[in-house]
Amino acid sequence: MERPFVEIADVAMRYGGVEGTLALQGTTLNVAKGEFIAVVGPSGCGKSTLMRLVTGLWPATAGNVVVAGQEVAGPLSIAGMAFQNPTLLPWRNILDNVMLPLEVVEPHRRQLRAKRAQYEKQAKDLLALVGLAGFEAKFPWQLSGGMQQRASLCRALIHEPALLMLDEPFAALDVFTREDLWSVLQELWMVRRPTVILVTHDLREAAYLADRVLVMSSRPGRIIAERIVDFPRPRTLETTYTPEFTSLVHDLREWISAARKGEEVANA
Amino acid sequence: MPDDTSAVIRPASAGTAAGANGMSPEAMRRLEAMAAAARRRRRLQAWLPWMVIVGMFVVWEAAVQAFDVPQFVLPAPTDIAASMMKWWKPLLDNSWQTLFTTLVGFGFAIVFGLLLGVAIGSSTLLYHGLYPLLIGFNSIPKVAVVPILVIWFGIGTVPAVITAFLISFFPIVVNVATGIATVEPELRDVLRALGARHTDIIRKVGLPRAMPFFFASLKISITVAFVGSIIAETVAANKGIGHLMILASSRFDVPLVFAGLMVTAIMGVTMYVCAVTLESRVTGWATRGQNDQGQVKFGGA
Repeated sequence: MERPFVEIADVAMRYGGVEGTLALQGTTLNVAKGEFIAVVGPSGCGKSTLMRLVTGLWPATAGNVVVAGQEVAGPLSIAGMAFQNPTLLPWRNILDNVMLPLEVVEPHRRQLRAKRAQYEKQAKDLLALVGLAGFEAKFPWQLSGGMQQRASLCRALIHEPALLMLDEPFAALDVFTREDLWSVLQELWMVRRPTVILVTHDLREAAYLADRVLVMSSRPGRIIAERIVDFPRPRTLETTYTPEFTSLVHDLREWISAARKGEEVANA
Repeated sequence: MPDDTSAVIRPASAGTAAGANGMSPEAMRRLEAMAAAARRRRRLQAWLPWMVIVGMFVVWEAAVQAFDVPQFVLPAPTDIAASMMKWWKPLLDNSWQTLFTTLVGFGFAIVFGLLLGVAIGSSTLLYHGLYPLLIGFNSIPKVAVVPILVIWFGIGTVPAVITAFLISFFPIVVNVATGIATVEPELRDVLRALGARHTDIIRKVGLPRAMPFFFASLKISITVAFVGSIIAETVAANKGIGHLMILASSRFDVPLVFAGLMVTAIMGVTMYVCAVTLESRVTGWATRGQNDQGQVKFGGA
């Protein structure tokens, strides 16, 4: 079997020294290349910590994180990230915001001046894919929250990262916009096929998007359950009304309740 | 945005009598009235500062005349104006000197303040190491420093330049440092996860983000820079508006002292306006929305 793209082996993470909060303990998790996984769990269970460990933003207190066959010892340069807050730069228009990673990541950084037109076309194509054609020259504050989040997704994907980390990217949006963006994200994933780790507390979102859903226990977080999601793609909103989908969400919901009570539930 | 439901939702205006743009005559009238009110309000806003200034002088003049205040206590605006006419040559020469020393000191403050602000804002170690010293330094009254500067550099232009610099660099340092230090952690993560170096983050995010803070500090700094140079001139100089005012007051020429104050105020306001103009050019993105003065609010004047 091929080696997993992301391997997290028995990782622990403690904040603030020996007496600090233990956010993760004994977390083990593998993600195959091109796979879309979702991590769900009660609030404060260390989901965001997990993301920061995988991208090398923080070092783990114990255990190993291996990405693309290499031990993570510092920030990765192959990751794209998007957060709940779109964090677009207000002094740049949408096109320049999306192109920000190209000014930072090698080898694009060196080629940007020479291949500007080509890169701009890539950015515009990507914006068009998420339904933002014609908004390139607008500034972030001229756009709605959902549109800003689309731009933020584009920024996370413009340098064609092998790994896409999404930390509750749609949590601040209304339900209709969120459902729109699910299909946008699914389409982006089907076209580009990055490895995606989506951290969310929305169970329907996890079930709709992911190939595999992992449930974390409350702090210190561990993976306590795993469900393969094998609905055919592309999934649509209709999928979410099928009995299978409902029963999956229902299952996940029970695991979360159990995790919140601190009980351990065996894999079904 | 994809909008599948638009077919079901009827336009709200359907069924009412439509005008030129699909609006009823009643709505058109109301819209025009609102636009006219907005225009009146903008005109008032433009004229208000001038009206207040003129009003202040009128009240001043009237009070001096009515209570028969002696000229050496409070000269009337007309006396001050007459003094300005009479002494226009020395006033002009000395205000050039003051403007020059202030701008040179202010220029140094900008360069030094930016550099130190970026350094402090981007390094927690430097921040903790240097901040107490800076605070202590800033708490020293600058008047007390002038005699020392005179010992070192003698009487003249140099102490005034240095005083203007010392008094005006601190706001710049603090503001630039704040702007850089408050970059959102998530944004920092986004860039770090791309492999951005520390200098990349400062250059792409920190500095642009700090610009509104920087310009806010310029507006404070330029006005206090005048305070600095004039303090130094009153203590140790043979040129400058401060020097002129000390001379005039020793001769009990109170209208000329006030004339010096007027000239200083005019220079201060002019430089402030320059800073504001530059600010709106460079960091217009930070004041978005405040330019929509066409808004008419209920209960507003």
